[in-house]
Amino acid sequence: MLVKLLKFILYFVLSSVIYGAFFYAPLAKGLGEYTRVLYFHVPTAWITVIAFAVGALFSGLYLRKKILKYDLWAEAANQIGLLFGVLATITGSIWAKMSWGSFWNWDPRETSIFILLLIYAAYFALRSAVEQADRRAALSAVYDLLAFVTVPFFVFVVPRIYESLHPDPLVNTQGKIHMDGKMLLVFLSSLAAYTAAFVWLLKQRIDIIRIQLQLKQMEN
Amino acid sequence: MYKAWLVFRKDIQQEFKTRYALNAIFLFAIVTLTAVSFSIGAFSAGPEILSALLWIILFFSSMSGLAHIFVREEETHTADTLKLVTTSSSVFLGKLLFNIILLFSVELLVVPLFIGVMNFVVYDGLVFVLSLVFGSFGLAGGGTIVAAIISKSNTKGALFTVLAFPILLPVIVSGISAAKKAATNAPFVSATSELQALFAFAVVIITAGILLFDFIWNE
Repeated sequence: MLVKLLKFILYFVLSSVIYGAFFYAPLAKGLGEYTRVLYFHVPTAWITVIAFAVGALFSGLYLRKKILKYDLWAEAANQIGLLFGVLATITGSIWAKMSWGSFWNWDPRETSIFILLLIYAAYFALRSAVEQADRRAALSAVYDLLAFVTVPFFVFVVPRIYESLHPDPLVNTQGKIHMDGKMLLVFLSSLAAYTAAFVWLLKQRIDIIRIQLQLKQMEN
Repeated sequence: MYKAWLVFRKDIQQEFKTRYALNAIFLFAIVTLTAVSFSIGAFSAGPEILSALLWIILFFSSMSGLAHIFVREEETHTADTLKLVTTSSSVFLGKLLFNIILLFSVELLVVPLFIGVMNFVVYDGLVFVLSLVFGSFGLAGGGTIVAAIISKSNTKGALFTVLAFPILLPVIVSGISAAKKAATNAPFVSATSELQALFAFAVVIITAGILLFDFIWNE
């Protein structure tokens, strides 16, 4: 009952974020309608990072505890991360078309996210190349952690070497967010709603994994 | 540490019996260098393109040879014996040392050839050499741990490049940038961030490799 209520609340909040992004929030000064993609692009990029961090956490947990379920959880988190990564790339690309004139021009940010997608695509390629479940779990967990320690290099090193045109990221050097009250309200509730949606998606996947594992046990 | 040295000497001896990795990596480097030189000639490309080409040649030649060190242990079924006689970290360090030496010897051959054939003028030798040294540590560190991963998987050949490329991309990006600066006579200070990045990457990837290798080796 409670779960159903929570699901309904999530549905309501996500819809009102969409409505708010288009009709409630004012435009930033001097910028066109296309800036409204901010309310979708930043949260998806945020969830990408969170999901991959959670995936790396589960991978580490698997290596410590050697319980197969953690590996499947890591896979689930990375799947969601890859999905949101693609969404962040697409929304960012739309913004780049309107603001820079082309969908793709190898700006350092675009390069970073592309490499990130490449890394996790390689992660799933590795998973499909190993048959035994425990071996697959160990190898992909190691690769996941290895990939995760190199990600800071893409976030900090590549933009330092090449100039980026990307607007200041959420956590910028001045530590300020330049937005007016209504924009900030929509933006923060969008972040919160996307985070809740991520938790809900992950919980669904974890439940499915639990049922699958139980089924397998019953078969044996 | 002494055991790592023994593993390294064993691998050297085994390598000189067949010279598989040596032949693969050297011939690959020569063939790509020939193809590049053949197609663009000696004077048509500027330092930007040449430094990118140099790192592409180095990266893909290393991809052709670095994986062999662990794949060989699995193919000849000697991994289990090695597990019995020594610890996992000494295996990793020994094999890392082997790959570093392998990369250095390839660079010793290819880089002078590249400079000669492609008319690549290096103004700042120190930046250039340091970027190659740090870059090799990074490439060998990442290559060795990914080699350990794929040696346990079912498909070994193509997977190595697929897994290694995205992880090693910071090395290629910083290496190309450092080579470009060395070839355009930029002041030394301007290349420090690239050298720092290469050095930091090598330290991080080798540390992560040592820590994570145990989970693969004793899996």
